[in-house]
This record gives sequence, structure tokens and C-alpha cells, in this order.
Amino acid sequence: MQQTERTSLWNALSAAGDLSGRFVFGAESSIALSDLLKGSALYGRGEELCGRSVLVTTTNQFTTAWALIELDGVARRIVLCTPDMPLEHLPYVIESADVDAIVTDRTILDLDIRSPLCFCPCSRQIVDGNFDRSVQHQTEWILLTSGTTGQPKLVVHTLSSLAGAIKNSNTSAEGVVWSTFYDIRRYGGLQIFLRALLAGNSLVLSSVQESTADFLARASSLGVTHISGTPSQWRRALMSPSAHLIQPEYIRLSGEIADQAILNQLQTFYPQARIAHAFASTEAGVAFEVNDGLAGFPSSVIEHTPDVDMRVDDHCLSIRSNRTANRYLGTEPPILKNEDGFVNTADLIELRDDRYYFVGRRDGVINIGGLKVYPEEIEAVINRHPEVQMSLVRTKKNPITGSIVVADVVLTEHSSARRDLRALQGDILLLCREALSSHKVPAAINFIPVLAVAESGKIVRSKCVM
Amino acid sequence: MDIRSEIVDQFTQVAQEQGIPLAPLTDDLALLDSGLDSLCFAIVVTRLEGLLEVDPFSSSEDVRFPVTFGEFVRFYDNAAN
Repeated sequence: MQQTERTSLWNALSAAGDLSGRFVFGAESSIALSDLLKGSALYGRGEELCGRSVLVTTTNQFTTAWALIELDGVARRIVLCTPDMPLEHLPYVIESADVDAIVTDRTILDLDIRSPLCFCPCSRQIVDGNFDRSVQHQTEWILLTSGTTGQPKLVVHTLSSLAGAIKNSNTSAEGVVWSTFYDIRRYGGLQIFLRALLAGNSLVLSSVQESTADFLARASSLGVTHISGTPSQWRRALMSPSAHLIQPEYIRLSGEIADQAILNQLQTFYPQARIAHAFASTEAGVAFEVNDGLAGFPSSVIEHTPDVDMRVDDHCLSIRSNRTANRYLGTEPPILKNEDGFVNTADLIELRDDRYYFVGRRDGVINIGGLKVYPEEIEAVINRHPEVQMSLVRTKKNPITGSIVVADVVLTEHSSARRDLRALQGDILLLCREALSSHKVPAAINFIPVLAVAESGKIVRSKCVM
Repeated sequence: MDIRSEIVDQFTQVAQEQGIPLAPLTDDLALLDSGLDSLCFAIVVTRLEGLLEVDPFSSSEDVRFPVTFGEFVRFYDNAAN
């Protein structure tokens, strides 16, 4: 389908039809979408930000949502700070993105910046009045991802590249209420923000101050129909006694490998839901989604995905489309695309029976006695066990082989109390031995009560060998 | 379970898991003749650390790896006491 050009988020929302009864819901308050179009969250000072490179750093996603609607099409650049970025990186971000204005709801930023900056407070209250939005900019959206050296990487998108996978819809999406476990200041959450707002649908935002159980209860009371998260966030949600409160029609997974176990668990728990897992990254954009309920993707996806060119370079998936980011910003920025315009995702895939499976990250490989091991491949096998909720495979220092694979395993709630844990270790190891070569079989299975999930929604993987 | 029994248990279990025939575990059995390979020993050491909460290999930079099964048991005995 031919996509019409989206000039700005504000224009798209204005054209989305009847917005009555449509809201953005935060944990503590909500705002009608129609009020967002009529008023200003920036004390009516949006005009001062025309053509500027604006850093948006707020204490919560709710105010970020308002600022994004007001700034897109007005600012030259929106630089979107992630919630967990240390403030010490702000000077680097400001310099790299040529920032000359800051939108924030913080009272003190404590910045040591020499260049003049326009500070614009961001309110939790919409004030009446807007300004002439006839001067339009093709705003660059700068998303931040964690870099290997500690400095964030600044990834350049536009509304068109961010929303390239979201179809224009003229049909009414009556009753659709979106939500996401993600924070909208990250690529995965921003996708859901745009899906909701571009179609004029309601959106329920999560909050770091809220437990998973409370969030699910709130999502339920607000009638969420479409909800997304990483596999780790979904595993955590399924452990919550509130998981049964929501009755989603559509479940979307992204950000990590969706293994067969989590797909099966979700389908069993929410039999009415359509379950999709999407392949996307901040740099590569949304490439494709898989709707057949199976892990991996059919090999035909590589050659037959409309608007997206894909190829496999040395087992890594590379992607070229109008949804990929444009470039990195910064001093001596790394190369984002090769000379043919492809983004190498560093996600390793393996072809088995005419289906590709993700096996791990190229930089996540661990070395056991000279043999390569991808933790995600082993976790996918462990997660198949019906009494396992989630797992993390890591290396452990070993006096004989240098390092060895061990697995930390969280059991489903009902199993940990009644099982003979030693027998269960044996069961899980048997499963691994049946499916994996011997160097990939964990030397030990440690049962632990919980695994850390980062603010990004992804499981926390320690880089150091323990 | 005492340390020797736990060690015998782990040698037996790992050999069984890896499908390796295990020689009778006498004190003078050279570990290299036990049938277990280096991956098996790595697994045994990792599991013993979990079970006995002791890792004699990390106690010093220049530990000498035990040569016989008897030395292996004493190695753990000494570390545990």
C-alpha cells in the first residue's frame, strides 16, 4: 500500500478523525488527545523552539509524550533522552546533537555547558492556546542507545523512518487501546506510541514507580486491547498474579529473541490473542513481523518482505529499507550503513528446515575451550521445560577449561515449592543434552528467585566473566 | 553427605551424563585414567563448588592440580576444613 507522507505527528493526529474518548493514560493522570491538539504543554512557548535542536529530558514518559506531539514538525531536531541515561553524558549529547534548547520538567539539571541554551519547562498541565504551526520542519528524531564505551550512541531518524512500518489506516480503529511495557523514550516503546497516536487511539503508559501487577491491573481497568513488550517483560508478567486480568486481542514481542516457550505460554494464557513477534532495532528499524506462532521466521521472509531488502552476511542479518536510521551523530561516529545502504544488525541467524532462527548476538558470543557458545540458544532450550519461567546463561571462571557455561534459572511459581530440585536439575540437563552439543550443556543449573530485567526490558547480561 | 561421597557421586553422575565409562574410584587412580576428560572435570569442579560451597582452586594462585583421585578428595577436604 502506498504510504502518504506524514508531515508531523501533530498533523497526523489532527487528521485522525474523531478523537472523543481517546486518551494518553499515565500512572497518575491522563489527558484527552483532543486537548493535546488544542493546548500546549510547553506553556505556549513552542514558537521559541522553532528550528532548534531540542533535547527532551523529563522525569516521566507522560510529559515526554506531550512534548513530542508539540515539537515534531516544529523543532529541527528532537533529542530524546532515555530514562536511565546518566546525566554526566548530557554534555556529550548536547555537543554531538548541536542542542540549543532543552525541554524538561526537572527543576535542576546541573549542567556545565558554555554555549547558550534555551530552557523551556514542560508542564503536567496543558495550557490554552497554541501557535502558528504553518512553518514546518522535517524534524530529525535523535534516539539514544547505549554504546560500548559508556557514551550513548546518537541514532538519527525521521518520523517517516520511525513510522515506516505503520500502515496508514482510513478505517476506524474503534475500541483499540494500546499499551506497552516499554518506555516510549526507547525505540520499542516509541513504536507503540506512534502506532497509537498516528491512528488516534488511546495509549496506556507504564511507569517505573509501578509494579508489574499494578500496571496490569491498571491496563485491565482501562480496557487495553493491544500490548507489547520484550520476551523478558512478558515472562515477568506471566509470573504476576495479575496476568489474568488483561484480555488482550493482540500481543506483540520485540527487542529480544522470542523463543517457542514464551510464544506457547502466551498463547495458552491468552487463547483469544493474536501473537506476533517483530524483528526491529533502533538502527535497523522495523524489518518484519512473524504471525504464525512459531519461533524464528520462514526463509522466504528474506526475499519476500515488501519494502525491506534483507541479506545474510556471514550469518548476520543485514537490512536495507526506508525504516532504517539515517546515520549516527557525534565525533567520529561509527558507520551505520555500508556502501550499499545495508545496516548489519549483528544478530546471528541459522537456517534449519527452511526456517531461520535467531541464535544470539555476534558480540554476545562466549568462548568455551575455543568453541563458540551463544547464550540465547541454550536459554531457548532450558525455557522449553514446563517448570521454567526464564533463564540466563553465562560463563563462569573455571580452573580447567578457563570458563564454563552455567545457567541461572527462575522456576514457575507453582513448581519451586513442590519439586525435588535435584531431580529438576537433572531433567533440565537431560533436555539440554538431547538438544545441544556437549560444550553447550550447562555445567550447573542454579535456581534463583528472580532475574534482573533492565529498564530497556531486556534481561541483564553481565559482560564480565564470573 | 560427606565430601568423599559427594565427590564420588559427582564423578559418577558426570560420567553417566557424558556417556563415558568410569574407572573404579580408588585413591591411587590417576585422574587422567579415570575416563573423564577436561570438560567433565570442569563440570565436576563447578558442581562441587555449588554443593560444598568451596572452590579450592581459587584459594591460591599457584595451586597444584591433584594427580590422583585420593589427592583430589584431600584437596577438597583441606579446603573445606
